[in-house]
Amino acid sequence: MTNKAYALYQKDFHSEMRTRYAVNSLAMFVIVAISVILFSVGNETITQSLTAGLFWVVIFFSAMSGLSRAFVSEEERGTTLALQLVAAPTTIFSGKLFFNIVLVFCMNIVITILYSALFDSFAIKNFGLFIVAFFFGCAGLAIASTIIAAIISKAGAKGTLYPVLSFPILLPLILTSVQLTLMAFDGSTFSDAKFELAIIICYDVIMLTASYLLFDFVWKD
Amino acid sequence: MVWKISLFLLMVFVSIAGIAFPIVPIPVKWYEFPLIPGLKENAKIIFFHVPTAWLSVVAFFMSTLYSFKYLKNKNLDDDAKSYAAAQLGIIFCILATITGAVWAKFAWGSFWSWDPRQTSIFALLLIYGAWFALRSSIESEEKRASLSSVYSIIAFLTVPFFVFIMPRIMKGLHPGSADDTNSGPVIDFKMNANMQLIFFLSLIGFTVLYFWMWNIGYKSIIYRDKLNKQNRG
Repeated sequence: MTNKAYALYQKDFHSEMRTRYAVNSLAMFVIVAISVILFSVGNETITQSLTAGLFWVVIFFSAMSGLSRAFVSEEERGTTLALQLVAAPTTIFSGKLFFNIVLVFCMNIVITILYSALFDSFAIKNFGLFIVAFFFGCAGLAIASTIIAAIISKAGAKGTLYPVLSFPILLPLILTSVQLTLMAFDGSTFSDAKFELAIIICYDVIMLTASYLLFDFVWKD
Repeated sequence: MVWKISLFLLMVFVSIAGIAFPIVPIPVKWYEFPLIPGLKENAKIIFFHVPTAWLSVVAFFMSTLYSFKYLKNKNLDDDAKSYAAAQLGIIFCILATITGAVWAKFAWGSFWSWDPRQTSIFALLLIYGAWFALRSSIESEEKRASLSSVYSIIAFLTVPFFVFIMPRIMKGLHPGSADDTNSGPVIDFKMNANMQLIFFLSLIGFTVLYFWMWNIGYKSIIYRDKLNKQNRG
């Protein structure tokens, strides 16, 4: 199963490398979003809580612009049936999830680097806490958006529905991640942030389990 | 028939009692409510605000329950039940948001202040909205039923975060928040016996009303689908 999932990931990776559609559009989206924020901020120094919020706003909307590709592209090319024949639903979900996790991590590392270069208030005091929060935040984002992508690829309307469906699901994750990012800015210790970390880990585990259980019903027509 | 009339009488009594019974510093007679410091006269909206908020959650839970049943049995009637529950749920959710905002204006000074529970009811509204948007975008009945069931179950999994975890770790204005000195819901320590009685009567009345409306709602959806199929066939 792991081999097949990895093969599926490689297939997605190669087809992505051929067109570079998702990577290019994501990169441009990140640049556009950050420059809009920079223009609207102007010469003012913004507070740290606002920076933490804006950081996750950019992450959320970038994820929404790129992550639905995983399943929508299969529907567009008409390759869904072939996939259904060659692999079990769990394998397909694993492959797609792995691809999305890689994409989210690359995207968010770029966003973090851009933010720390461009915003003075993006100063992380507790780097360890930020890394842990970032890791679980990105993982949760990838998991939840992958299953929602599977749902909307089967539904008719594709573009606009994706952020609408994802936002309420991602809201607990985003609120907690903003809180954790802010704590990393303040230099809070791990024991200060243990509740928030517990929430974010619970969220990841719950979403992962539920996605695997429910993906069968989405995938089979 | 008898229970319908008694429900009507109960709701009439609750509405009149909730609005008209006086609030006095030291209640003596059976119809007098105690004065709750900080709330005063606007404490009365609790008889309408809490039941609507409770029912918006109950409706959401039932919608998920029947979604779950649909995925198990693939019976379209369950989807109709889930849909009827969600239709009522969004109505009660809007009512709870409005009554809550009105209460907040007079008790806390502004209609909206992103208190954790306000955040969670807002998220619940968004979930309902997204769910209806998803349903309206799919033509095929089976596909619509299974996709919306999956979405409703995933959305339901986020509810514990909003309802139970967020309000308790974040600072808020509602009773039971993290920084509340008298932690615990209001009904435990500030209401007297007759206020509690009216409160629970109101809760029961609204719940029965909800189940009655839901019963009519899902039956009408099932009949409409049957008629549509007959006309087509």
